[in-house]
Amino acid sequence: MNILSLLVLVPVLTVAAILLAKDNKQTRLYSAVGMSIQLILSGILVYMYIQERNAGNTELMLFVKDYVWFESLNIHYAVGVDGIAVAMIALTSVIIFTGIFASWEVFNLHREFFISLIVLSTGVFGFFISLDLFTMFLFYEVAVIPMYLLIGIWGSGKKEYSAMKLTLMLMAGSALLLVGLLGIYMHSAPEGAPLTMNIMEIAKYDIPVEVQRFLFPFTFIGFGILGALFPFHTWSPDGHASAPTAVSMLHAGVLMKLGGYGAFRIAMFLLPEAANEQAWFFLLLTGGSVVYGALGAIKQKDLKYINAYSSVSHCGLILFGILMITKTAITGAIIQMISHGIMTALFFALIGMIYGRTHTRMIHEMGGLMKVIPFLGVAYVIGGLASLGLPGLSGFVAEMMIFAGSFEHADTFHRVLTIFAITAIVITAVYILRVVGILLLGPVKNKHFFELKDAKWWERLPLITLIAAIAFIGIAPFWIIELIDESLVPLMDKLLSIQ
Amino acid sequence: MIPNIPLSYFFVVGTLMFFIGVFGFLTRRNLITILMSVELILNSVNINFVAVNRYLFPDNMHGHFFTIFIIAIAASEAAVAIAIILNIYRKFKTINVENVSEMKY
Amino acid sequence: MDFTYTILIPLIPLFSFLIIGFLHNKLSNTVASGIGITALTASFVMSYYTAYKYFFTTEKIDGAYQKIIGYNTVWLQFTENLHIDMGTLIDPISVMMLVVVSTVSLMVHIYSTGYMKGEDGFNRFYSFLSLFSFSMFGLVVSTNIFQMYVFWELVGVSSFLLIGYYYDKPSAVAASKKAFIVTRFADMFFLIGILTVGYITDTYDFLALTDPSGSAIAQGGGILFMGMSTMTWALILIFMGGAGKSAMMPFHIWLPDAMEGPTPVSALIHAATMVVAGVYLVARLFPVYSISAPDALEVVAYVGAISSLFAAIVATTQFDIKRVLAFSTMSQIGYMITALGVSGMHGHEGVGYMASMFHLFTHAMFKALLFLGAGAVIHAVHSNLMNEMGGLRKYLPVTHITFLIATLTIAGVPPLSGFFSKDEILVAAFHHDKFIFFIQLFVAGLTAFYMFRLYFRVFWNKEPHYHHTPHDAPMSMKFPLMFLAMFSFVAGFLPFNEWITVDGKAIEIHTEWVVAIPATLFGLIGIAIAMVMYKKETAIPDKISAAFGKFYKWTFNKFYFDEIYMFVTHKIIFNIVSKSVAWFDRNVVDATMDGIGHVTEKSAEMIKGLQSGQIQKYGFVFISGAIIIAIAFILNLFY
Repeated sequence: MNILSLLVLVPVLTVAAILLAKDNKQTRLYSAVGMSIQLILSGILVYMYIQERNAGNTELMLFVKDYVWFESLNIHYAVGVDGIAVAMIALTSVIIFTGIFASWEVFNLHREFFISLIVLSTGVFGFFISLDLFTMFLFYEVAVIPMYLLIGIWGSGKKEYSAMKLTLMLMAGSALLLVGLLGIYMHSAPEGAPLTMNIMEIAKYDIPVEVQRFLFPFTFIGFGILGALFPFHTWSPDGHASAPTAVSMLHAGVLMKLGGYGAFRIAMFLLPEAANEQAWFFLLLTGGSVVYGALGAIKQKDLKYINAYSSVSHCGLILFGILMITKTAITGAIIQMISHGIMTALFFALIGMIYGRTHTRMIHEMGGLMKVIPFLGVAYVIGGLASLGLPGLSGFVAEMMIFAGSFEHADTFHRVLTIFAITAIVITAVYILRVVGILLLGPVKNKHFFELKDAKWWERLPLITLIAAIAFIGIAPFWIIELIDESLVPLMDKLLSIQ
Repeated sequence: MIPNIPLSYFFVVGTLMFFIGVFGFLTRRNLITILMSVELILNSVNINFVAVNRYLFPDNMHGHFFTIFIIAIAASEAAVAIAIILNIYRKFKTINVENVSEMKY
Repeated sequence: MDFTYTILIPLIPLFSFLIIGFLHNKLSNTVASGIGITALTASFVMSYYTAYKYFFTTEKIDGAYQKIIGYNTVWLQFTENLHIDMGTLIDPISVMMLVVVSTVSLMVHIYSTGYMKGEDGFNRFYSFLSLFSFSMFGLVVSTNIFQMYVFWELVGVSSFLLIGYYYDKPSAVAASKKAFIVTRFADMFFLIGILTVGYITDTYDFLALTDPSGSAIAQGGGILFMGMSTMTWALILIFMGGAGKSAMMPFHIWLPDAMEGPTPVSALIHAATMVVAGVYLVARLFPVYSISAPDALEVVAYVGAISSLFAAIVATTQFDIKRVLAFSTMSQIGYMITALGVSGMHGHEGVGYMASMFHLFTHAMFKALLFLGAGAVIHAVHSNLMNEMGGLRKYLPVTHITFLIATLTIAGVPPLSGFFSKDEILVAAFHHDKFIFFIQLFVAGLTAFYMFRLYFRVFWNKEPHYHHTPHDAPMSMKFPLMFLAMFSFVAGFLPFNEWITVDGKAIEIHTEWVVAIPATLFGLIGIAIAMVMYKKETAIPDKISAAFGKFYKWTFNKFYFDEIYMFVTHKIIFNIVSKSVAWFDRNVVDATMDGIGHVTEKSAEMIKGLQSGQIQKYGFVFISGAIIIAIAFILNLFY
């Protein structure tokens, strides 16, 4: 059995096990066990990957498996990973693992909840291992659709509206994407040769430039909507605000990264000429959204909205780094994906835990929480510091690589845009410290807060896992860079060969 | 075999029956009459099948097969339709189609 | 010479931070402070050993001290040549800074066992102190400019944590936020400057950057705008970062507020070590400034001079003793910055550089002493305001004597150390720019005045009614005072001109009476005026402040800098920009998206009437359609 297929199989088996579960306790036990196995599996995958590379295997994709699935359209179930995908898989497994613990206290329709959650993660895993455009799209949809149920049923606030909005906007993205993917398929081989859906095969052939020009916006925006590309980001604040904790974690932590990953792997890699030509336009959008999201976060009152806007800013930086098309910036963008994924999962987990105690998410109704729930408070501060790019935590590495990479362009346009984006680090500090100041510091505002209990073990476990991951990336970034560095070379060669 | 009846006569009868059926289907409000109109349409088609089969392809029986098939379908359809009509009557105390508009929008 | 062990100097406090931090609610206060002090003592011993080894036993080449890389490793690779390294660079100024930081930090660690006794979160305090020491050591030994930026941010956050130590006090929270955000704002310029320098010179490495004969320093990057090269602009940006940390105009507003932190913290971070990071940064890059961007150096000189004047004027009117000291710090750092700005590279021209480092050293000692003394006073009377003090010399003899020594030192009375270092700065300014010289001379007088105003108001003057008799501090607090007072004496006689120069070669210095006499005179006049006005309670101060009228009010309110910043940040950025962005997002971007949804819904509403549910209507449409198609076929319309 191929290890990559196992990554899809384990969640499916977990779902089957949950179907047999008798009560809430068993449900979460099965989920926790299943996702722990998944975490271990992805650990093994990372290890195996590094072993293979060290053994001198220079294949672009490792652990490749290919089964014909639908002959006449040449659709295959083709899987394989490079370093970037491995890193993303590791990220996903960490977040789904912590997400299970963050939903420890879901009692309402628990079985269905965990099933949806795990199905969602199946989609994400499938997406990252796919080499075939069609299966990739299929898994993408598998990841998006449970979101509707999860928000619509277990959400809070205007949940129906948010669920509908989120799903519709993502579906609109899928529609654009489908046009792009089919277009790529239709031009995936020279005249007369059989068409193919396999990314690696398509990459060997240069799609005609005029076709690329047409397809690039579809593909990029299609993925960009999921990656909170301005102005298609508005599903994110509402969606996050209504979603239950674990869903926010997975969504902001992993699903939004699908957008960035896809934009890079499909849009940029397969359509390199158009990417180089049209990058300036999207750079303006993303560079703007970096500052725009940060500014939007300053005056928000709801914790989840603050975090959603901060995600817009940070995810803007991901696309910004990708579009810079320099190796440093793209490495930075990939680290930013991982870093933001972990960071934002930490935030949403904390917000969920704080909300579970105070029953409000309005920052002005809280205050002095550091005194009563110090563990959560300290975790929040660490998350905040990571978010504003403190050295030693993951955000710094990612941001610096993106900025330094962006500065490799010597022209005024890129420089000015980069400097503009750099201003976001100050604005980020402003809104993070504002929240920390109002929420955690100062005198305790409500005397009921004195009765609050600090984190339980199932809350500490995910928080510590996430913080450890943040610190690990922040202190030893070279490991993760080594993981993705080699895989980036062929991608960069293709992108840069045009310039 | 009556050779001096031209095929067009059958067509005239069939067409008349068909349009009478259509007219009834579109104008009648009573479900039973609508059902009867539908039967008329079906039977007009049956006539055409049989006639055309006899006149143009006397060597094979395809037209007859279809006719028998349609009669069978019509019978079962009538049974289902009447069952539905009965249920509608129980629920709405009427079999006027205009009053039965639960399925709109 | 092997200096690999120097990497331990920052690492030991890091471990103590981790230990105290992770176990902070398991350890007893004694153990926690014990761990902190032990770690710092280890770093202290190693720093002094390094200083001894470097200055006395390391071989000089061509009469110059060499820059030695003790340890270096690539931490984060950007491109082939651009990478963030982590390591230790041993050269005269870093060794000097190691001594300063370890001395003051150790003293503060010891002092705090007394000062912070019984405070809630005592262990947290010690873990943060260790974190700060780690960051500061890391900063001073940086081998490349990005490493410095890394630790620059870390000292910033330690400062944030320590200012906000009393986190349930809203003013402390506000002050910590302000300090972090203002310095962060300046750091943004620093970062842009670093990136620009990196891409002009293709290196972040200090050795490569500052090598006077190297290739990096020759790069100007071409004219950017306003007739100055890209390099000049980049260095000005870097200096802005330094100005933010060192509380130079216009980024000074955070420093007075930072006094909300516990007093030992003010002594360590906001007087002796972190705030001089900006000076250290400019000194570190001094050859680059001097050779490839003399224009930037002019900016440095004037910013320093104006800041020192501004701060000295404001200091004369403040009543909170810690704020007086804060403004005094700002003023003295202005001195150091100016000294760098007026310095040249070689020989006697380089006296400004030497003087700046010299003053940094002496200032660290006497200002830490002043703050710790002020802490002892506050500890005794439980107030920061000098109105509630007076006549304390009887109650706090040790504090009184040490405070007096420090005050005399800062006032520049010979033969205390402040006299020597300030004198060198004035000499440097005198030879470079007379205007700056006169500003600095005037500031010297003002310094003496406001420091003795403070001294007399606190230790002499009229005694207010104390709720309970003030008593002198415990031994743990007295020892650091005495230790630092000793340093204030001794430091002036250290041969800085031999040790710390731009090119590592000793320079000749001789007293220039043209400078020394007026400087001392100004100082003595300042002291005399202060004595007349404040030794006994008199009506003179009120009269004078009334005579100055508006000017006094402006000064008292620190020239309304805070209000301007408040206006810009809260009114403009928060309320106008941010609110409108949030509004725009909700009501334009999101509304457009919702609008698309609404249009879809509305059009569905409009056409849904067709689904009438009337089977006969459907049938009619169907049959008409069929007939139309049939007719079309019959008439051959499709061909």
